[in-house]
Amino acid sequence: MFPFNFEWIWDMGHVVFMGGLWYALTILGIGMTYCIIKAAIDTSKDNGDHHH
Amino acid sequence: MDSALIPKGVKRCPLWQFLLFIGAAGIVLLWGVYAMFLCWFKGLNQTNMNDYYGFALWIWADLAVIAVGGGAFFTGLLRYIFGKDALKNIINYAVLIGFICYSSALLILAIDIGQPLRGWFIFWHANVHSMLTEVAFCLSCYFGVLTIEYIPLILENRQIDKVPFFHHLGHNMHEIMAVFAATGAFLSFFHQGSLGGVAGVLFGRPFAFREGIFIWPWTFFLFTWSAAACGPCFTILVTKITEKVVGKKLVKDNAIELLAKISGWMLLTYTIAKFFDTWYWATVLAPSQGFTLMDFYSNNSLYGIWILITEIVICGLVPAAILISPKGRKNPVALWIAISLAVVGVCLNRWVMVLQIMAVPVMTFDNWVLYLPSWQEVATTILPVAYGVILIAFSYRYLPVFPNEAELNPIEPLPARELEEKSAEPSIDLEPELKPAEA
Repeated sequence: MFPFNFEWIWDMGHVVFMGGLWYALTILGIGMTYCIIKAAIDTSKDNGDHHH
Repeated sequence: MDSALIPKGVKRCPLWQFLLFIGAAGIVLLWGVYAMFLCWFKGLNQTNMNDYYGFALWIWADLAVIAVGGGAFFTGLLRYIFGKDALKNIINYAVLIGFICYSSALLILAIDIGQPLRGWFIFWHANVHSMLTEVAFCLSCYFGVLTIEYIPLILENRQIDKVPFFHHLGHNMHEIMAVFAATGAFLSFFHQGSLGGVAGVLFGRPFAFREGIFIWPWTFFLFTWSAAACGPCFTILVTKITEKVVGKKLVKDNAIELLAKISGWMLLTYTIAKFFDTWYWATVLAPSQGFTLMDFYSNNSLYGIWILITEIVICGLVPAAILISPKGRKNPVALWIAISLAVVGVCLNRWVMVLQIMAVPVMTFDNWVLYLPSWQEVATTILPVAYGVILIAFSYRYLPVFPNEAELNPIEPLPARELEEKSAEPSIDLEPELKPAEA
């Protein structure tokens, strides 16, 4: 649910619940995006040695 | 036939034997799937739910798998946030078990709502006054976390790891796993707690109702605590069962002992908290609502006071005493008993908090109502077990789930002549320098 949905109310319940959901999803999304982009960059460099 | 997919340095059973095992588990799985489709196509009249029992047997299974799946978040917390390095040898398996438990929990919820196509309503039309909404949010997000934690293990498969992009992706995910683990711990704290909170806020059910802090009844904290205490016991139990089935030692003793020790102290503190919660409820809270303790444990054929003693003493204090003692956790038989009792205890607690709540008479004209689940409920409750067995079998065969397996079970060297023949053959590995990524 987003603030532009008709049933949205600006109260503590909506802000805490939906805010918590978006917060968690944002962390997971940013984390995975970082990993995928970095993997693509690493692969394009293709140093081939795969050192850690 | 599938030897190119099997991790290096370990031995697996022949493919036909593996497929036979999968086939046997698959039959049970199909039975559960059949029952699941019956519930979806014919409706929830396939269950024995009624006006007394709004929760079917599978809701108990749901809460139980979430509790025992707590081993994943707690082991991850200890490994990645508190830096318990010894647990790196068991963290993969803890994640796999957690993944199975949480995917099973979501599957059960999909059956329970009867209309899985409307499952997204809970996110889009969220009732922000319901603890179950919080459970749904955290459960779904945490399943996402577990999937993210499981993916690097899949990417470490011998063949997948040869693809440079997947190799880098797995490595990068390992690098920031602490962020995901911390998010998982946050989500787990709230959904484990809210499941307990659901029972604790039922002011019309004196058996379950509890006071607490702000909006959180004590059951909120007890559920999280018990999951963190007994989840790792389930991880150890499944590890031990797997070792028995494959006939190998898979995890070093130091990892098992550390997890058992932490679990033991968590269980001891939880049991003490549970005792005080029960004592206050029995002597103050329930009497204030017109009930005595024995009103909840008499005049019926199933729920006697034995259930309370079993939960707190036999499945709480006893395993805790074994696990916190070095001698106890080093003794294989005592360890088996302790972890089994702890798992039974947490499952019993969830049974009480889901089914006994509804069985207890509330009004003066009410009677005890005992519940007999339909075969469809039993089948859909067993379904996750078969699914879990199959996923574990595939993961064990093709993924490096146990980092110490090769070291603990060295393969006998081949006879000299056979070794020469092997070395003359072209290698299957195009890039032998590639090794599974390590955190």
